[in-house]
Amino acid sequence: MWRFIGFRVLQAIPVILSVITVTFFLVRAAPGGPFDTEKAVSEQVRAVLEARYQLDLPLHEQYLSYLGDLFKGDMGPSFYYPGRSVNDLIFQGLPITAELGFYALVFALFIGSLAGVFAALKPNSAQDYVPMSIAMVGICMPSFLLGPLLVLVFGIWLDVMPISGWGNSPGDKVLPSITLGAMYAAYIARLSRSGMLEVMNQDYLRTARAKGLPEHVVVLKHALRGGLLPVISYLGPAFAALLSGSFVVETVFQIPGLGRFYIQAAFNRDYTMILGTTVFLSTLIVVFNLLSDIVAAWLNPRLRYQFRN
Amino acid sequence: MNSTQHSELLDNIIRGTSLWEDALYRLRQNKLAMIGMVYLIFMVIICLLTPWIAPYGYEEQNLRLGAVPPNAEHWLGTDTFGRDMLTRILYGGRLSLLVGFIATAVALVIGVTYGAIAGYAGGKTDNVMMRLVDIFYALPYMIFIILLMVVFGRNLLLLFLAIGAVEWLVMARIVRGQIQSLRQQEYVEAAMSLGLSPAAIIIKHLIPNALGPVIVYTTLTIPNVMLLEAFLSFLGLGIQPPQSSWGVLISYGVETMEEYPWLLIFPGLVLTLTLFALNFLGDGLRDALDPKASKD
Amino acid sequence: MSLLSVDNLSVHFHTRNGIVRAVDGISFNVEAGKTFAIIGESGSGKSVACYSILGLVPMPPGRFESGQVMFQGQDLLSLSEKELRKVRGKGISIIFQDPMTTLNPFLKIGDQLIEPLRQHFGMDKKQAWQKGIEILEEVGIKNAAQRMNAWPFEFSGGMRQRVVIAMALVTEPEIIIADEPTTALDVTVQAQILKLLKELQERRNIGVIFISHDLSVVSDIADEIAVMQSGVFVEKGNCDSIFNAPQHEYTRKLLAAVPSEQKIHSYDADEVLIRVEDVSVEFAGAKGLETIKAVSNVSIDIRKEEILGLVGESGSGKSTLGRTILRLLEPSSGKVIYDGRNISHYSSSQMKPLRRQVQMIFQDPYASLNPRMTVYDTLAEPLLLHRICSKKELDETVFALMDSVGLARESVLRYPHEFSGGQRQRIAIGRAIATKPSFIVADEPVSALDVTIQAQILDLLLKLVEEYHLTMLFISHDLGVVRYLSDRIVVMHDGKLVETGSVEDVFDNPSQEYTRSLLNAIPGKTLLSTEQVQSTGDF
Repeated sequence: MWRFIGFRVLQAIPVILSVITVTFFLVRAAPGGPFDTEKAVSEQVRAVLEARYQLDLPLHEQYLSYLGDLFKGDMGPSFYYPGRSVNDLIFQGLPITAELGFYALVFALFIGSLAGVFAALKPNSAQDYVPMSIAMVGICMPSFLLGPLLVLVFGIWLDVMPISGWGNSPGDKVLPSITLGAMYAAYIARLSRSGMLEVMNQDYLRTARAKGLPEHVVVLKHALRGGLLPVISYLGPAFAALLSGSFVVETVFQIPGLGRFYIQAAFNRDYTMILGTTVFLSTLIVVFNLLSDIVAAWLNPRLRYQFRN
Repeated sequence: MNSTQHSELLDNIIRGTSLWEDALYRLRQNKLAMIGMVYLIFMVIICLLTPWIAPYGYEEQNLRLGAVPPNAEHWLGTDTFGRDMLTRILYGGRLSLLVGFIATAVALVIGVTYGAIAGYAGGKTDNVMMRLVDIFYALPYMIFIILLMVVFGRNLLLLFLAIGAVEWLVMARIVRGQIQSLRQQEYVEAAMSLGLSPAAIIIKHLIPNALGPVIVYTTLTIPNVMLLEAFLSFLGLGIQPPQSSWGVLISYGVETMEEYPWLLIFPGLVLTLTLFALNFLGDGLRDALDPKASKD
Repeated sequence: MSLLSVDNLSVHFHTRNGIVRAVDGISFNVEAGKTFAIIGESGSGKSVACYSILGLVPMPPGRFESGQVMFQGQDLLSLSEKELRKVRGKGISIIFQDPMTTLNPFLKIGDQLIEPLRQHFGMDKKQAWQKGIEILEEVGIKNAAQRMNAWPFEFSGGMRQRVVIAMALVTEPEIIIADEPTTALDVTVQAQILKLLKELQERRNIGVIFISHDLSVVSDIADEIAVMQSGVFVEKGNCDSIFNAPQHEYTRKLLAAVPSEQKIHSYDADEVLIRVEDVSVEFAGAKGLETIKAVSNVSIDIRKEEILGLVGESGSGKSTLGRTILRLLEPSSGKVIYDGRNISHYSSSQMKPLRRQVQMIFQDPYASLNPRMTVYDTLAEPLLLHRICSKKELDETVFALMDSVGLARESVLRYPHEFSGGQRQRIAIGRAIATKPSFIVADEPVSALDVTIQAQILDLLLKLVEEYHLTMLFISHDLGVVRYLSDRIVVMHDGKLVETGSVEDVFDNPSQEYTRSLLNAIPGKTLLSTEQVQSTGDF
């Protein structure tokens, strides 16, 4: 097992390194510097600014020095917000985004796998069609549509829910979490349904029934482990998708999270911020992919056995 | 067949039903998929014909009119500049569908070529190629598309390429897996033992049998791509006014939804219905082409 | 008083395409300590009959049309699902066919083994675990206490089937339904499992319902036999009457399909067509693992116009050797000499002219035909490729091929999935002989087929061998079939050549220990001897 983890970690390092490199040079290759915007700056001021942000150095030196700083955990100053570091901004937004993502994921996992398992127990019946049709709506209704519609209905027409903010008024976390989680709930429902259907057709379930086990034991003890394995493997990619989904949800609900900072940085051409956030989020995603792979491998006794020996 | 001698026999010959015909039959039985297909064909046709059938001009404003709810003159209402929503949705659809089809085509070409090469080559080549796909796959592609759009400006061609470039990964994996498993099929071995050349084996035995999953996945990629485009446009990073797509219209609708909810509801509805249709068609195709995979 | 008495049981499936009478009015009794065998080919309804008794057939689409199944004083068909559960695994247990798929890969052996105990007797875990260890020891698993904590994939096929048997026995049921329990196993393992079943049955006085397609297996163990076809018992009786005085035509057909010890092919050429010299084939293992030597240092001669039987169990390297001789694989060392030419390292373009002369028939006719090509396309492909005939003659040649393998000309434009297994194998054979080859490798060509179909295909192969003066390497795990067909026999084990010789030498006077154990494992000794008596009587 440790060898597997070690192997996967070693594999992740070049990925993260290439993300850093590609992002760095992409951002540097962007037409127009950060100080080209709005007010024209005098030559002198520009030179001072460029020196301060080390933009006067040759590119490869900038890269190396950036890598060095990054290694120490310093992502540099923000180009747009004077006096604030990228680290500050990221760690200001991160807890909020993490909380939002967590609620959404819990919502998606709970509703999704429940609906999927239920549907698989009675395929091609109302018990299958109803949750799966709702899941289909979830997949076809993007968050940037679902969010505003929820706001419109519950926030404005019915006026029972706060429509923006995060932690300012009671219940304002409900709509964003549901908006963000809905699509993943739908995906997880479909995944767990097909996973369960596959397992329900296996011979070993017939064996379990032939032992005289009641149906709930057959499902819970014998079918669930194999059937939900695809869901576990999906969690890594789901996490990555949740992060990008949070860009939209944070924009719609005006939540001061990481996603909103990223979008703002993109508009403001705040290059250090873009660079820092990209690197940070990518690393996070790679780490989560790694974790979900490890969990999936650990749940599979065959793999676990191979690694032990 | 030279029918002169066999005319009598030919009358008796039973025409077999190929797997394609079987699949078509199953697809026809699937009502949801058929409805989806009809809807899509209808949508594509009216979007193609938009410049001739749209009730108003694309830029035709009527500031005095302002935003009015649906009525006899403007079936889907007008926006704050008094522009006809139906017209705008039709023009937006042209772009949304165009992005959907072209970016998917990009993904298809790259993915199939890459996957087929890796699958057929096997061994080390395959190993290196697929490891590369794994690495790309682990990347937060959404962030990269946003980055690309920011860095290189918001241009349509780049959008196609960027979306196509991330969607090809799954296609490559599917094709490679197909080719790999088909290569081990005994009928491919049989073809090899007959002495067929690799090219003939690929064309006659591998491609026709690998096509099914590719068709299915292509159909399911289009809605993904359209979602991605709408997502970017919504954030203001995709298609830019004066050009418009459904994502742009939705984004605009959200700003004014409190006073003029129809500006959000109609473009949202059209987008959702189109994605519905594509997904139903894709699911229907999967069930039809690979009845075993759907397991029920 | 019988343990179980089934009276006029009918199970029909109501499907969209009409009613399928899977089981149509069968009756039988199962006695303590006796084995009641149901013989039938695939689709005869033998499994449905037994599973339906325990409520394991999905209903709908299935439905009981009639019948009464008395067990322990109650009619099983009238029980609720909840009451039936108390019978399943407690009064009546099932041993399923494929041990590779019947155990849950996500649960430890011990957990699965003690489940019925916990369920039916409410035993606490410790007690049940102890009992589990005992039963594992009883079915012959060593280190039982440790093995309880093992995962299913840590066991070989035969060992898994022992676990499955232990699982069926652990509650001390009165009846065991054994559904083809040895079909998925190698012969020597099959013999061990059958022996184990027999011992356990005697020791515990259990009634066994033994479902099988294989007459020879059944002849060794059954007390009473029912022959089932299309949902009905066409004949029922004790072993003796079924084998020696079969009444129904179908029974006679089944019996005739068991390959006799009569040798039916002979050759007289001594000229060597193919010489395999010290051939080894290695495969690169997965990363970090050492290379796997599938074939090591094998030398054989294949003489012109003979049928050489190549026998071995799974993993013996017999298929790998066959493919190497055809140069679908390249030997790692050693030489393959075809008609005086060393083809060991021929490139595919060098091989191409030879491909016309050497062909292969595969085991699985479902997999060896391209599902998207009609019979016409499949047969025309080699004809066109090797320019066997002109375009003008193509139709006629294809039809002639179909005639010679026994396919109706009308079906020339049909696709593989529209044929039965036997017919598909005929198409595959047609493709192999299309180029009029001189040498054919037949890799288990009949083992995926029903017995009566097996006999037809073997006869077809023999006819073609005579007609086309073919040389054939016939690969099989089935000694009976090999003996029926071959002139000489090669035995392989673990990639090595064990023994070579004429059929008589190998069967009557095997020189190697492994060959002897293989021969002892052949089921149906009684059947063969009675039949031989019968056939000599006939002549």
